[in-house]
Amino acid sequence: MTTEREPGSPVSMRDRMLELQPNIEGKGGVAEVGGPLSPIRAYLSQRGSGRVGDKTFAGVVLVCACSIFAIVLFILTILVFRSRLSLLQFGWRFFTRQAWNPVSGNFGALPFIYGTLATSLLALVIAVPLALGVAIFLTELCPRVLRAPISFLTELLAAIPSVVYGLWGIFVLVPLIRDVVGPFLVKTFGWTGLFVGPNFGVGILTASIILSIMILPIISSLTRDIMQAVPNSQREGVLALGATKWEMIRIGVLRNSRIGIVGAVMLGLGRALGETMAVTMVIGNQPAIAKSLFAPGYTLASVIANEFSEATGDLYLSALIEIGLALFLVTIVVNAIARLMVWAVTRGAPARVG
Amino acid sequence: MGVGILVEDLNAWYGSTHTLRDINLHIPANHATALIGPSGCGKSTFVRCLNRMHETNPIARATGVVKMGEVDIYRDASPVEIRRRVGMVFQRPNPFPTMSIYDNVVSGLKLNGFRNRRILDETCERSLKQAALWEEVKDDLKKKSGASLSGGQQQRMCIARALAVDPEVLLMDEPASALDPVSTSKIEDLVFQLKSQYTIVIVTHNMQQAARVAENTGFFLNGRLVEFDSTHKIFTNPHDKRTEDYITGRFG
Amino acid sequence: MSARPFNSQSMNIQPKPARFNAARRAATNYFVSGLSILATLVVLAPLAAILFYLIYKGASSLNLAFFTQVPAPVGETGGGMANSIIGSGIILLLASLMGVPIGIAAGVYLAEFGRSSLLGNAVRFTADVLNGVPSIVMGIAVYSLVVVEQKHFSALAGGIALAIMMVPTITRTTEEMLATVPLAVREAALGLGVPKWRTTLSVSLRTASPGIITGCMLAFARVAGETAPLLFTAFGNQFWSFKLNEPIAALPLQIYVYAISPYDEWHRLAWAGSLVLIVLIMVSVTLVRIYASRGVLKGGS
Repeated sequence: MTTEREPGSPVSMRDRMLELQPNIEGKGGVAEVGGPLSPIRAYLSQRGSGRVGDKTFAGVVLVCACSIFAIVLFILTILVFRSRLSLLQFGWRFFTRQAWNPVSGNFGALPFIYGTLATSLLALVIAVPLALGVAIFLTELCPRVLRAPISFLTELLAAIPSVVYGLWGIFVLVPLIRDVVGPFLVKTFGWTGLFVGPNFGVGILTASIILSIMILPIISSLTRDIMQAVPNSQREGVLALGATKWEMIRIGVLRNSRIGIVGAVMLGLGRALGETMAVTMVIGNQPAIAKSLFAPGYTLASVIANEFSEATGDLYLSALIEIGLALFLVTIVVNAIARLMVWAVTRGAPARVG
Repeated sequence: MGVGILVEDLNAWYGSTHTLRDINLHIPANHATALIGPSGCGKSTFVRCLNRMHETNPIARATGVVKMGEVDIYRDASPVEIRRRVGMVFQRPNPFPTMSIYDNVVSGLKLNGFRNRRILDETCERSLKQAALWEEVKDDLKKKSGASLSGGQQQRMCIARALAVDPEVLLMDEPASALDPVSTSKIEDLVFQLKSQYTIVIVTHNMQQAARVAENTGFFLNGRLVEFDSTHKIFTNPHDKRTEDYITGRFG
Repeated sequence: MSARPFNSQSMNIQPKPARFNAARRAATNYFVSGLSILATLVVLAPLAAILFYLIYKGASSLNLAFFTQVPAPVGETGGGMANSIIGSGIILLLASLMGVPIGIAAGVYLAEFGRSSLLGNAVRFTADVLNGVPSIVMGIAVYSLVVVEQKHFSALAGGIALAIMMVPTITRTTEEMLATVPLAVREAALGLGVPKWRTTLSVSLRTASPGIITGCMLAFARVAGETAPLLFTAFGNQFWSFKLNEPIAALPLQIYVYAISPYDEWHRLAWAGSLVLIVLIMVSVTLVRIYASRGVLKGGS
């Protein structure tokens, strides 16, 4: 048994050992310090504690991590700074005025806001049901063998660059809309008043269709992740009550992942709001607000892409940069809300990038 | 040659859980000391306090004195320096998956900047012979990855890896619990042979194992060291009733 | 009881409304299944259409001249997009040299020091949000800083714009991959007296390297096809250019210029260039897929 140590008396290791556990074996053979130094022990004992290395390393990676903040701050500052002319000149009314006249220096962003919102929302209307359908198919209905190839193919859609979508859009989709789909829509849905006016193939409708193809992969793959995060016990519980497969999906899976799916949709919206090249190539690039889906339009991103390099005059450039600033802030807010919703469902697992 | 360890008033916490209470103990040099006790009694935590691995968990804390020879390992040295003098073998073999057998065994030297090729080769051979693994792998040292060996071989390689840095103390946390009986007995033979050169502390669930390899045994229960004595005494005539209950299988 | 065979059709156990309900539910089930299969086909159709057109319109233009010559003057046939391919290579190399080290280091911070800290979570969240910023905004921001100060377009500016797009992606995938390195492997190194920085570099990063390389290739493939950030930074160039301080051609940029031009000859080149671009990107994405499945098996426990 252990003995009590007299408080306050200095004691050597050997004495302590003799007090504690008087019956153990080996008390006589203790070495006070380690044995003779081998070359290895000699080498290792003169190596430092690594504290300097640890501190330097931690400092370097911290700086690099903070570079992410630096990037965001840099973009924000430079955009605000370079758009100050336009900010001072037009104030908030910049976003409610309809004029866009570089010659007279009269700038207003309303047509672009309309174009961006119209194309993005229409793209969502087309893409969300399709993305949900694909997600349901891949998670619940698809035979296991086909699952990997088909999901790989949907992700290939995300790998196609915007400019290639635009190229295909100009030479394949635009003639299709002009010659085949347009007349069909006029015949069947002309009564809605959405399909009036001349149809040259370029316009809000074509841009929305291309956008929907582009945002579909991100909505679908995120929805799939979210649906797969629903525990199997939920599915089994509903099935045990005698539900059909669709009812199981509806009640057991979709109901539980509602928030996450809304988040995925918002991420798709964020992507649609900022999409530039493909939209520029098929939207017609005219700052007009019209009810017809055949009419040409202009989005916030497209006007920058088209007119930035030809912008003469500081006010013109400043107005374009202010549009860029608006785009930056809006997409940050939409993405932040979307990520929060997805995070709430997947509980902070590293988010799918892209 | 090994060195003795003196533990005084050691207390340890994980967050707010008090896992070790007032441990006082002397581990003699060049002997094998076994630590037994039921699951969760704190013996693994205790062993991890001896090489300051306990600190790698950010919410872990320890107070008290642990002396290796004359060195207070908490006040007189850094964790990195201590861990170079104290080797550790873990419950599950943990070879470095991207390294060959050779690189695994000498990793303690190479990762600390040692470059002398001749000494590295000699060390590798010596350690693998000490771990009774040399004959089985000597032809594939650089060709096979450390993770491609069987479980028992991996654990012996991990022992060789720990021995390669020529430590003064060897800590073994249930080294054979994940292995088959043949590998287990090979490792027990190893401990038997090595204890004259190093101070060995072996945590084990298996009382027969403690009886076979260790001269001294300590019994832990609920974070306290209930009894520490020669193995013979613990298993034939324990002082404390709780020890007797555990030995005879009344709990645990 | 009669001697009739016992089956559900003759039993009529359910009352009539219940049987109708069951039938309706079954029909809905089949209908929805059909819809989801239809959705999948509708989604895969554009993919097939795009690939088909690329090959149909672009493959015939892929000859040796395409890969070795610069564009011919307007109106003349022939010429190629060699300068765009090389130019893209140079810009991407610049972007990778800047973006990959910073991204990996930031990922190391998140995995080793910022697992659950407030700063770590803030960095993580910001990186995810930054991934969603439109690339054209990156382009005009870099323009406003670099091009305006230097008073000319340059390959360097283009590289910077692409680099800041790569950093958030690489950061998150590096963090993800480092988290798969088992604690036991780290403890093995720490237990040998290896300092934490050396453990992270020589053990954790090395174990996770297949996955980290995968992440870098993914980021690379993503920015390889970007046009918008290069519009006002690299700007494009009809001739050979190897200097970092001059405007430089890039493949996606050149495709855009050709596509919106009125010349058929240039349209032909645009299709060919798109085919080359798609092949390069798809090869990278497929390699990533193969490598990723091997990497997880190799790097994990």
